[in-house]
Amino acid sequence: MTMQETEERGGRGTEKLMTGTQAVAQAVRLADVDVTAAYPIRPYDGVMQAVAKLIADGDLDAEYIVAEGEHSQFEICKHASAVGSRVFVGSSGVGWMYAMESLAVTPSLRLPVVAMIGNRALDDPGAFGVEHNDAMSVRDLGWQLNWVENAQECFDATLMAYRVAEDSRVSFPVGIGVDGAFITHSQTLIKIPDQEMVDEFLPPYDLGDRLLHPDNPISIAPQANEDWVMEIRKQTDDAAKRVKGVIQEAHDDFKRIFGRGGDNPFFEEYMTEDAEYVLFGMGSLSLPAKVMVRRLRDQGEKVGFVRLKWFRPFPTEEMVEVLTRFKAVGIVDRDYSYGSPKQGGVLFTDLRAALYDAEVRPRLVNFIGGLGGRELTPEMMDDMADTTKRAAAGEDVPTVRWIGVRE
Amino acid sequence: MTTGREAGDALPADQDTQQGHTSTEVREEAKSVEFTYRGIFQKTLAANLCKHVVMAARKREWLGSTIQRYSDSPERNGIPAKQFAVIAPDTETLEGHMAKYEPNELDVITCLDDTMADGIESWAWYGRQPINVRLRRGGTLLVISNRSKEELLRIIPQKPWDWTLAILPGTPSLAGLWVYRDDGTDMRVLGAIASSRPDIFEMSEIEAVIRDDDALGDDYIAALKSGHDEVVVHEIKAGEGAEDTYEPVKLPGYKEMREAIIVPAVKVGEKNPNYRTSSDRTMRPVVNFDTCIKCRQCWIDCPDECFDITDEELHPINYNYCTGCGICAQVCPVEDCIVMVNDLEFVEEGDKDMFPLYKEDRDSYQEWREEKIEKGRIQHHDYFNADTWAWAGSGQAENTPDRNDRTARNS
Repeated sequence: MTMQETEERGGRGTEKLMTGTQAVAQAVRLADVDVTAAYPIRPYDGVMQAVAKLIADGDLDAEYIVAEGEHSQFEICKHASAVGSRVFVGSSGVGWMYAMESLAVTPSLRLPVVAMIGNRALDDPGAFGVEHNDAMSVRDLGWQLNWVENAQECFDATLMAYRVAEDSRVSFPVGIGVDGAFITHSQTLIKIPDQEMVDEFLPPYDLGDRLLHPDNPISIAPQANEDWVMEIRKQTDDAAKRVKGVIQEAHDDFKRIFGRGGDNPFFEEYMTEDAEYVLFGMGSLSLPAKVMVRRLRDQGEKVGFVRLKWFRPFPTEEMVEVLTRFKAVGIVDRDYSYGSPKQGGVLFTDLRAALYDAEVRPRLVNFIGGLGGRELTPEMMDDMADTTKRAAAGEDVPTVRWIGVRE
Repeated sequence: MTTGREAGDALPADQDTQQGHTSTEVREEAKSVEFTYRGIFQKTLAANLCKHVVMAARKREWLGSTIQRYSDSPERNGIPAKQFAVIAPDTETLEGHMAKYEPNELDVITCLDDTMADGIESWAWYGRQPINVRLRRGGTLLVISNRSKEELLRIIPQKPWDWTLAILPGTPSLAGLWVYRDDGTDMRVLGAIASSRPDIFEMSEIEAVIRDDDALGDDYIAALKSGHDEVVVHEIKAGEGAEDTYEPVKLPGYKEMREAIIVPAVKVGEKNPNYRTSSDRTMRPVVNFDTCIKCRQCWIDCPDECFDITDEELHPINYNYCTGCGICAQVCPVEDCIVMVNDLEFVEEGDKDMFPLYKEDRDSYQEWREEKIEKGRIQHHDYFNADTWAWAGSGQAENTPDRNDRTARNS
């Protein structure tokens, strides 16, 4: 297929102004989800309302179950998934935490539940704004986690999530991290493809011989003693190692069919070609970061930005290849990890571990900012870029700095 | 269940050494004592015994630790369970035996209820293991029983090496949960261990422990001495005892297992071969098919779905899955239609279904049934059945006139 044909195909469908949550709902409609369970919490509740409206308008035929809390909400979807239903679920902040037991068992049972996590600060204090710690709380459990930048990516990532989650080599739940307010509640123009294109990308959900059904008598989730648990965990570990390859395949198909998705599925490089130092982060903070890069580039600075899309699986080899080109990397964490090795953020801590074996390591500095939904401005990005530049020049700078905090 | 071994192996490699010395020959080696007991009735008893083993070892400056086997469910009525005491001359030796589920080799195994003398399951996994599966060469199996050596050896599996069988005359102390019990069983067992295995502790050592405890008086010393004097020790030769049919389960590798924690379900009408739980049983129901009125109450109330339904609508029992809980006998409305009988009366029958005998020859069946009841009938106390909202107890209750009068019973 030529690029022109791809462009044409990408143009098929309609263009609409939508919030991130409405965009997720559109993907849920085109994925023809069978069951969804809901329990309101801001900012997740935007998608819950959008899906309800689709059903009410007759645009989506799905069971819509209002649970009495997030634990039941996620259990309902887990069980529906086990009996062969494509499911959609989601939550935010402490709601996501209230579902924690269910969140832990879902990847163990290898059920491809797709969830939207409207990222929200964990209580206390009660706050609505974005922080990434809610979704990151499941990072070790087998949830595949990605973060999006805008409403179009909300739509695209949701379709990708079903494709990756339901692949029999994977069969893991996928969580889509959507920054509260900045993406969930702001509208941008998005392209919505027609059903035929989506069907070409996303095959029907088929659990095969794992389907829980009277005609296929199996028992799932038995109690097991120490003679069995390690083997079960090892199976999960093997599957986790297969996810990256499946994401790459899905990305290639996505790009072929829809004509979008960037050079690779795992990260986006922005004006990095001759960069000497870059900022690095996930989610909507890329927007002020990109403004900063353009401004400083105009002033002759060799600065760039790298946005990580998939946090789990962590694209270690790719990060080593990309980030070791730079003299310094400033990691912007919209999260915290108290008491961690360098008292920095989660992303910073993971990235440091990923780069440990690299032959040439860039200097890493960490910025904690935008917590509780505080805005990260281009000016703050300028400040972080300056510190990173000084680190690249070998100056003595703090390893971790909090940005935009009143003293 | 079993640890300290490679997946698929029955026993740790060091237990396969038949040439090794016995622990009685080596005084400074760590020693392990097992108490196989019935939860919940004997849980405190077993803990008490383990504590005293360790405290007796302290009298000769040894150290000790006790281990409750973690996979057991000792809070459940009648479920076989184990607790261990390990004693060692120094910290380093002791630590080599800690952070384990159970010792690899046992110097002494004490069976507190002789209905478990053939062996028990661990939490129903992998079938029944011989009671003496981990008994060392030259080890001692101590059983509380009024049965003879010959009777017990009909059910206790043989070993490939010599061992000793110590029998302490008595009945299993099952009542009262051992919270306020003072029937002397603990002291008698300790006396029996001191007598048969002084290398674990000597009489003077355990006696000193009892005398240190202000709560224990002369009665306890008397019980200790009676256990010491009454225990009878028999030398058992390699190959003597019941045939050992135990086959360890071959555990699959993770590449052989189905993914996503899936196991085949039991199909309708089938029973799970991995969940035979008959070692839970101290008594078993015996049915009079001639007086059965086919009301199905037993079939309905059996918590383990042991009752089948025949073409004649009678209800034979699958004893592989019968835990001997006695609910069937209690809910049965016909007097003496289902009678609970001591399980040790059925060494010959094992878990065999006796209904074919009834079908073949009713008189022989009745003769068999009456003989069993005559020898081993268990008298049952009645109880309030929360499922049926009635005072149950059938004809076996001690007194029955007002058994459906809840007010009277609750007072």
